[in-house]
Amino acid sequence: MTPNWTVSRLTWRAPVLAAGLCVLATLAAMAQDGSTGRPSALATLITWVPFILKGFGLNLVMSVLAMALATVSGVILGFMQISPVTLIRLPAKLVTNLFRNSPWLVILFAIMFLVPFQITLPGGDKVMVPDWLKATFGFSLPVMANVSEILRGAVASIPSGQWESAESLAFTRGQTLRHIILPQCIRRMLPPWMNWYALLTLMTPMAAILGVNEALGNTQAAMEAAGSRPEFLIPFYLFLMTIFFVVIYPISICTRRLEKRFATGS
Amino acid sequence: MMSPTGNWTVEQPIVALHGVHKSFGSLEVLKGIDIDVMKGEVVCIIGPSGSGKSTLIRTINGLTPVSKGSVKVEGIEVHDAKLDKLALRRKVGIVFQQYNLFPHRTVLQNVMMAPLLVLRENRTEVEERARALLAKVKLKDKENAYPAELSGGQQQRVAIARSLCMRPDVMLFDEVTAALDPETVKEVLVTIRDLAMDGMTCMLVTHEMGFAREISDRVYFTDAGRIVESGPPSQIFETPQDPRTQEFLSKVL
Repeated sequence: MTPNWTVSRLTWRAPVLAAGLCVLATLAAMAQDGSTGRPSALATLITWVPFILKGFGLNLVMSVLAMALATVSGVILGFMQISPVTLIRLPAKLVTNLFRNSPWLVILFAIMFLVPFQITLPGGDKVMVPDWLKATFGFSLPVMANVSEILRGAVASIPSGQWESAESLAFTRGQTLRHIILPQCIRRMLPPWMNWYALLTLMTPMAAILGVNEALGNTQAAMEAAGSRPEFLIPFYLFLMTIFFVVIYPISICTRRLEKRFATGS
Repeated sequence: MMSPTGNWTVEQPIVALHGVHKSFGSLEVLKGIDIDVMKGEVVCIIGPSGSGKSTLIRTINGLTPVSKGSVKVEGIEVHDAKLDKLALRRKVGIVFQQYNLFPHRTVLQNVMMAPLLVLRENRTEVEERARALLAKVKLKDKENAYPAELSGGQQQRVAIARSLCMRPDVMLFDEVTAALDPETVKEVLVTIRDLAMDGMTCMLVTHEMGFAREISDRVYFTDAGRIVESGPPSQIFETPQDPRTQEFLSKVL
């Protein structure tokens, strides 16, 4: 039906841009490398790279976990939103709108202080809930609400004729949803879903405010440990931005391609 | 077989509408419709746009609930809340103006889906029947195509085959050629004519006057939610009695 993905400028633009940022970071570091006797900003950065990357690993873990949680709960919430039963639909709409229209940081703070730091299991064992897990839960809530809304919107975007012809062929509502409506929704939902994953990943450094040892927190800790010299700021932060960029930019390219592909393919 | 057919016999109307009213809010679209259709009859409903023709035909398979009155198919009241909708809908097939094929499925899958999922019939039997129907609508070579790859006329013929695969007793056609290019209208009309000649009970809402005249056993002229005049096509088209019928026909013929 649709041609294969065309090779566009986007294909080489991402790595070139990423490399450019790295070179820029290096140059910035070298430019400030005036004094002697103590390690240069660049050398300091290189020393601390594993520590920062370890933090970044936590960002990725949080984003993947939060997205998985948000997708599962968001899809359930989305289905509840399109239920013909008012008692199911209304609470789902309330929850969706509440989390879609609240600041992420407020949700994050609320979760951090509302969820206890340890939970007693039914067996009597006490389990510590690490901060990063609480933050993951906090991040998943606004994304859950948006996934719910994506599902509702996608279902609503299917022409009513599809429902009518399925109904006329004696499909039940469940059969219609499963075999007719949802398969057509998935391709419409994929680009916005990927977009929310990218946004979510970019939001994970907010966890630093709450003391989670992720990339931003570790970067700040590293600069402090190395003596808090002002010339650290540009290379360290540029490096941090670059690693996020390297992960997120390909996702946004993919999203744009999918959008284009779905827009042309009927 | 399994569905309750009441006490209906072939001597009675297969579709019977009595005093059917339908309102959308304060707008009254149907103001008391009475139609009886016997098994094997071909009935056309004609009339100006907005006269309630489509609403009328959609009440027959329960897609549009009626406000008042009775719609019976093989003696079963369609708008009975306790009705087993499945039993009704396997008796009545409908084809729409916009075809409404399932775009994510191939032609063959479109035709096979409902018998497989709804009637839970044997796959080989359904496939055989679906292939025969596609041959009948002259789309044998398109069974693996997706709807988007077909012309409007081809899609409409798939929609007819899809409906027929449920083995209905009555077929409803709601302005099925209205969205088609003029050159593909004929292939769809030929398909419907073949179906009528095979003895299928057909009800059509149509703007194709020549076709209505050719295939109908009976023509109903509707205006403003009422049946103004009805009779055999020769009478309606040659010697219409009501001034509204005369005026309408003078415009479209």
